[in-house]
Amino acid sequence: MTTTLLDPTGELEPVVRLPRSKPGDLGGLTLGLRDISKSRGDVFLNRLETLFASRGVTVKRYKKPTFTKPAPVSLLQQIAGEVDVVVEGLAD
Amino acid sequence: MGATPDDEFIAFVKRDCPTCVLIEPVLQSLAKQGHALTVYSQDDPTFPSMSGVVDDRELEHSYRRAIETVPTLIRVQAGQESSRVIGWQREEWVALTGAQTLGAGLPDYRPGCGSRSVDPGMPERLAARYDADRLVARRVAVGDLEDEIELCFERGWSDGLPLVPPTAERVMRMLQGTTRAPGDVVGLVPPNHSPATVTKVAINAVMAGCKPEYLPVVLAAVEAALDPAFCLHGLLATTWFSGPMIIVNGPMAAAIEMNSRGNVLGQGNRANATIGRALQLLVRNVGGGKPQEADQSTFGSPTKFGFCFAEDENTPWASLAEERGVERGRSAVTLFSADGPIGCADQKSRAPEGLIASLAGTLKTIDHHQMANAADVVVVIGPEHGRVFDDASWTKAEATAALHAATRIQGRDLGMGTDAAAPVAAADAGTLAKFREGGIQLVRAGGDAGMFSAIIPGWLMKGTLGTDPVTREIQT
Repeated sequence: MTTTLLDPTGELEPVVRLPRSKPGDLGGLTLGLRDISKSRGDVFLNRLETLFASRGVTVKRYKKPTFTKPAPVSLLQQIAGEVDVVVEGLAD
Repeated sequence: MGATPDDEFIAFVKRDCPTCVLIEPVLQSLAKQGHALTVYSQDDPTFPSMSGVVDDRELEHSYRRAIETVPTLIRVQAGQESSRVIGWQREEWVALTGAQTLGAGLPDYRPGCGSRSVDPGMPERLAARYDADRLVARRVAVGDLEDEIELCFERGWSDGLPLVPPTAERVMRMLQGTTRAPGDVVGLVPPNHSPATVTKVAINAVMAGCKPEYLPVVLAAVEAALDPAFCLHGLLATTWFSGPMIIVNGPMAAAIEMNSRGNVLGQGNRANATIGRALQLLVRNVGGGKPQEADQSTFGSPTKFGFCFAEDENTPWASLAEERGVERGRSAVTLFSADGPIGCADQKSRAPEGLIASLAGTLKTIDHHQMANAADVVVVIGPEHGRVFDDASWTKAEATAALHAATRIQGRDLGMGTDAAAPVAAADAGTLAKFREGGIQLVRAGGDAGMFSAIIPGWLMKGTLGTDPVTREIQT
């Protein structure tokens, strides 16, 4: 049976969590490119890295071990600690 | 419930009850005599053996009719209950039904059994099932693969420790602790000024781990905290260490087994730990007051998880609540702003004068050793220090006055860490009060062993510029 909880808050925010608002521009921000280890994802991300770098954005690269499983917590923590924005290649 | 005739008899029974089994022929005979009779069976729809039996294993009808004992026979006239008989009492049944004879051969009287609708844990389960619309709060569904405690963390409801997930059933059980209506608004909670209904207080009390019987204390604490004199908004937002501290007086403290003795300011007592936490969770969740947001405290304090204890009233001194105008024998909460406790050890003084000098020495360092007009303090006098005052027949008022006199700061010492070259007050500047009038509050608590007292300073901003202590009687 599905459990239902009663909201303890002042209910000023929606129940469904909203994604964080997107930055207006990337000036001064560090951008992470996350490779999920799918075939040829690196081709796409290499091109993005070139384009971002040409616009003066600091880029860092990350790769999770396999696309079949969620990223290891240590990788998520590393990304969260090092960059402001992430682009991830999700499909083939 | 479905449509019912305007005039009828209703009986509630269960097969598990010997008295119900005993009166099965009575019910059958009433139906045969042509009475409009509906029988609700709580455990077995084939009992009693007759037509017109309604399956009430879900107990909705029993709950809505507030059945506590089976058998119960109810007479409905013009659509309204006019009377009921509980258990088997032949004369009463005859009077209620108007039947000539009933239950020939049966004893005149047999008590009934407990209704399944009042089995332990059942009333709140039924209330959650059939009366949940009384609880005005958004519903948050937990996915089948989600852990409800983790969900509480993820939603930002937690102070960092696990919460009891606030299901409707638990909140209903909590609300049994008060006679107040679930929709009553206790006040507006800063910083967002969102209304704290009794239901929202109950939800946060559930999450904090409170028992229902603590709820009246929590409600009184919330009322006190929301009194403008307490200045909860400023206390929340300050960069200083303080949070709200609740001191409980009166018979309620013992009734809910609060701790006023050993480790009184520490962990290990459910009421002490959870009542203070409930208030802080309410500020976080209903008010929206969170650290590094509206709560701008530089350091905070471990006491901001919740700080609540009971005074030891088994001493010659007037209790805190009595001093603040609450009649002895009545229960109350008093809220102070408070940081963590600072210990004062004096294992040598056997006369009040020595003890006053020791306490004053420590008190003079509060906030800054060169600061006058410092934050208010609560001084918790431990039993072994209290005995020194009691043996010399010192009242609380005498001890308090002596502490005010002994904590005055020399004018020439008022430098507040300024540059050594900066001019300071002249040597003959006289003295200034370290604490404002009423700014030293003595209370009694603590374990038997240890010649110590605990000094609990509060928020630097006090009085009309900040916070004042607030007392509220605990209602039902």
